[in-house]
Amino acid sequence: MINLALDIGKTATPESFLFYFLAPLSVLAAVGMLLVKKAVHSALLLAWVMISLAIFYIAQDALFLGIVQIVVYTGAVMMLFLFILMLVGVDSSDSLEENIKGLRLVAILSAVGFGGLLISLISRATFGRQIYGLAAANSGGNANGLAEQLFTKYVFAFEVVSALLITAALGAMVLAHSQKSKSQFTQRDLSISRFRKGSLKDAAGLPGSGVYALHNAVDVPALLPTGKAAPTSISAVLEARGDMIESSNFQLREEEEDK
Amino acid sequence: MSNAELIGQDPGWIIALKGLIIFATCVVLTIMSVWGERKIVARMQQRIGPNRVGKFGLLQALVDGIKLALKEDLIPKAADRIVFVLAPIISTTTCFMAFAVIPLTGEVNFFGRKTAMQLTDLSVGVLYVLAIASVGVYGIVLAGWSSGSTYPLLGGLRSSAQVISYEVAMGLSLVAVFIYSGSMSTSEIVAAQQQWWYAVILFPSFAIYSISMVGETNRAPFDLAEAEGELVGGFHTEYSSLKFALFFLSEYVNIIAVSALATTLFLGGYHAFPGLGFTEQWLGGWFTLIWFFIKVLMFFFIFVWLRGTLPRLRYDQFMKFGWKVLIPFSLAWIMVVSTLRVMSQQEAPRILIVAFIFSMVLLYLAVTTLVDREKAKVIKAAKVTNSIEPDFPVPTIENSRVEQING
Repeated sequence: MINLALDIGKTATPESFLFYFLAPLSVLAAVGMLLVKKAVHSALLLAWVMISLAIFYIAQDALFLGIVQIVVYTGAVMMLFLFILMLVGVDSSDSLEENIKGLRLVAILSAVGFGGLLISLISRATFGRQIYGLAAANSGGNANGLAEQLFTKYVFAFEVVSALLITAALGAMVLAHSQKSKSQFTQRDLSISRFRKGSLKDAAGLPGSGVYALHNAVDVPALLPTGKAAPTSISAVLEARGDMIESSNFQLREEEEDK
Repeated sequence: MSNAELIGQDPGWIIALKGLIIFATCVVLTIMSVWGERKIVARMQQRIGPNRVGKFGLLQALVDGIKLALKEDLIPKAADRIVFVLAPIISTTTCFMAFAVIPLTGEVNFFGRKTAMQLTDLSVGVLYVLAIASVGVYGIVLAGWSSGSTYPLLGGLRSSAQVISYEVAMGLSLVAVFIYSGSMSTSEIVAAQQQWWYAVILFPSFAIYSISMVGETNRAPFDLAEAEGELVGGFHTEYSSLKFALFFLSEYVNIIAVSALATTLFLGGYHAFPGLGFTEQWLGGWFTLIWFFIKVLMFFFIFVWLRGTLPRLRYDQFMKFGWKVLIPFSLAWIMVVSTLRVMSQQEAPRILIVAFIFSMVLLYLAVTTLVDREKAKVIKAAKVTNSIEPDFPVPTIENSRVEQING
């Protein structure tokens, strides 16, 4: 744990060592995230950036924030990313073709705008403000201090954000939901329908190939009591292809001679 | 003195020694628990189990480990080499980290210094364990992805979905503990259970945690990520030799870790069983270590028992259970617990508290009755009346859903 009693603006040696070790690594990972080809590699590098950010938070005495960053972002959000990436396909890499006209321009503009917004907000919150100090902020315990701020002063903003997130999640679900195209019959339903069909001929399932025949290969049909081949006992494809073998083909020669 | 204060005075060499001891304990415990599991499962299946290497086959797991290490190390051609090697490393390094915040003993004499067997005490220790567990899953998911073949990929996919859903239930089950102990630090939660274990007063939370910890560690009946009947070996199908051994090691260390967390949060940690408090002073406080491991091994036995008894769940049943049963139930339980907590803090009259509990029980009964009735209605509606009677005896069909099929 970093010494709390340090003067504001100074950094303890272990912390500065940690910073100079981790900061270049996380910047490298962030740049690599944009440059690597495979989507999963980029997700991994992003996860690394998030973990190193969490370590910075912890080093700066924001223990709760650091741990929650790992649980929520690395554990849940990135895991969902990975899940989707794996669903999309192992080898798929991003196509660089522009599907919508002017998309690149819009993307660049909004990125610059968002960056400007962040810089202005952070600088307004940082410069020309009186420094409160970590020791005072964490006086009642780190998690307690955060909870007090979130549930008293910023409770409205907090609730608005959570409502927004829930709306987004619901919207995504509604958009992605589709009517089932395939039948929803379970094994049980199919079994019941076999029994209810009127005749109980196939209630126990279709006969297997080769029953009562002289060979039990898949292309040898079962024999009915009359000695004829049972048409339902082999695949219709085999029959149509002419790959069906009559049971009599397997009769032994001596037997024939005896007769 | 509290554990946090005791640990705060540790010099560097004690911290290093403790880290080493914890690591060694985990490895030895893994070897012993593999042997234990094989023996227990064997007994449950009326077999003897390993009995060739060493007395009672005690060294079997060790020899198996050596055999694994001497096997050929294969990397498939289609594999993503870097991630393929990285995955078991992530799994193994993270699984040991959870033990850093688990208090193994109370105050003990450690080479002439007063300390407690706990590496560090964080004010958000329990969340730290959750965070480490969620990073550990990357090992499994990446192993599945990087193997470059179908079954491991399916295993990795299942595992990521499984962990996301069961981590939610697990996190929710811990909320009640935080509310009651007023802290997220492991040592303070243990201290808050001096009188009553949380397994008793927060039994629903304990039940939810116990279920979700089996889901979180990929153990039977929730071992869908490796499901050998469907996916060969799941995420580790393509792994061999030492890399496979690392996955094996991390699975068992994870079992011990979640058991240790369950012990800490719900079974009073290193404290003795009720009525045996005098034993905590024996051996200069070291006897608490024995109590701790008795509780952990109890959980381990239950893990093995589950594996020996229950068949694997189907994937959709497993997901339904997590999202539609565990999570809503946890949320309702948290509401009840926090209401009770506020009531007792505001010193509400006892009659009000009793009335609240009574009304909650009534509400629970009403809801379950309604659900049952709805089920009965569905079954009644599905009964077919105009069916043709078969001319020979067939098994009767209950709860038939034929209308749905015909229509």
